[in-house]
Amino acid sequence: MRSTRFIETRAALLFISPWLLGFLIFTAWPVINSAYLSLTDYDVINDPSFIGFDNYVTLFEDPKAGLALRNTFVYTVMSVPAQLVVSLGLALLLNSATKATGFFRTAFFLPKMTPPVAVGILLLMLFNGQNGLINGFLGIFGIDGPAWTTDPAWVKPGLVLMSLWTVGSSVVIILAALRGVPQELYDSALVDGAGWWRRTLRITVPMISPTLFFLFIVDSINALQSFTEAYTAFFGAGNTTYGNDAALFYAIYLFQQAFEFLHMGYASALAWLLFVVIMAITAVQILVTRRFVHYEGGKP
Amino acid sequence: MRRAGKVLTWAALSAFALAFIYPFIWLLSASFKPRSEVFDHRILPETFTFDNYIKVWQEAPLALWLVNTLLVTVLAAVTVTLTSAMVAWGFAYFRFPGRNALFGVVLATMMLPGAVTMIPVFLIWNSLGMVGTLTPLWAQNLFGSAFYIFLLRQFFLGLPREPFEAAKIDGANNWKIFTRIAVPLCRPAIAVTLLFEFQTAWTDLMRPLIYLRDSTTFTVPRGLKALLDQFGFGGEWHWEIVMTASVITTIPMIVLFFLGQKHFVRGIATTGSK
Repeated sequence: MRSTRFIETRAALLFISPWLLGFLIFTAWPVINSAYLSLTDYDVINDPSFIGFDNYVTLFEDPKAGLALRNTFVYTVMSVPAQLVVSLGLALLLNSATKATGFFRTAFFLPKMTPPVAVGILLLMLFNGQNGLINGFLGIFGIDGPAWTTDPAWVKPGLVLMSLWTVGSSVVIILAALRGVPQELYDSALVDGAGWWRRTLRITVPMISPTLFFLFIVDSINALQSFTEAYTAFFGAGNTTYGNDAALFYAIYLFQQAFEFLHMGYASALAWLLFVVIMAITAVQILVTRRFVHYEGGKP
Repeated sequence: MRRAGKVLTWAALSAFALAFIYPFIWLLSASFKPRSEVFDHRILPETFTFDNYIKVWQEAPLALWLVNTLLVTVLAAVTVTLTSAMVAWGFAYFRFPGRNALFGVVLATMMLPGAVTMIPVFLIWNSLGMVGTLTPLWAQNLFGSAFYIFLLRQFFLGLPREPFEAAKIDGANNWKIFTRIAVPLCRPAIAVTLLFEFQTAWTDLMRPLIYLRDSTTFTVPRGLKALLDQFGFGGEWHWEIVMTASVITTIPMIVLFFLGQKHFVRGIATTGSK
């Protein structure tokens, strides 16, 4: 007789079979194949030829790979804290408002709906050095704004500022966490005479630290893989600023190697380095920030 | 003092809201300006014209791009929602050996950077002769997606077990329990999945860049990039065309947000509360 356990297992496997199949075809096999390809010279047209660890040696000698990695680090280190501070600030403001919060939340969220390719185009328009809106605004205060889109020193700050426009989902996530902070904590702090800053730093931020920590990790992983906005604005066919080194992010360089130069083997090695870098950075972040994260009722 | 604080909060919120909304207004307004006035920063165009909209339609196969994008987007959203819900239900409702280990694998795949699988997956589609078609842009969704499986499973786990046990006693089979009881109860989470994937598929640029070659197969974001390369950088400096195409690419997403605002906000709020 077949046991109910057997029947239940068979039914469960039927339900999860699409994922199992997809996992084998589109994740497990590609991971194995990618590891193999990274040890070959492969241009799609001719069969891959095994070259051992040559691609990894090339990688450490390739000045463009180093540049792309540095660019990506600099962008991540600038953009992630800036995004966190801005989204926390906006969420705190929204949380202390009593009227029309729905309207403001919509206003902060809408830019997140803009397709990243359009965000890249907006970057070119708004940050244009001669007649862009940003420099026009700075001009009101007598500031002569930089050439954001052409001066290598200002390309990354421009990309960082543009990325602040799309923090809407972080605002929504932090706001939800803020609404979950028990009111009693504030009531007793008010009795003790604690001011707004003190309440925010001593109660609010510790209470929502798991959410901030989550965003810190996720935003970092995303920033390390930034592609679309910078690619749209600074790369592609006919772009006169092609080779704009300041905007060459790692994901862009990988894309160029794979699909513009058809260096599939080398690009696979680049992908594995990115994987290792992301894992290492995430691990360090978890180890370092864990002490500052406060979990209600102990660690999960 | 409290009154002053409230006024200050309101003033700050209004200033930020203006800063976040202004680029939309600026872009929309520029799309109605003639070429020479595009950068004049007026909110209301001095010379109001529809020419850009007519011209962009003539210069590019925009209708075709919109149809392509809609096709990809609907197929991507519907397939990923159906299969992810199925898989999520498999993980949430049944008890079977290795369940937690397998679900751990689902979560682990979320951590894997897309760059690692990007090239071999391209080679799969290439060997199937599908590069240059729209299929690689959505067909992977037939197998579900880890993030949505996670999201939907969380929702299923929050449902009470009694209605399912009762239906089982009444003789309903597993498929019926899933389609007739679980899915209807899970409607909000299904709406979130549909909306998220609709947005993801509509706005994607990287996959169209990898897979699409001929401009008749382009999606709108890929076409917009091509227009930027041609009219923005390509020595023509017709930025008004690029801006108008940007408006056309963005508006469906704004409409989508207002149609599903409640679900969007709730869906995003729950992704942060793990």
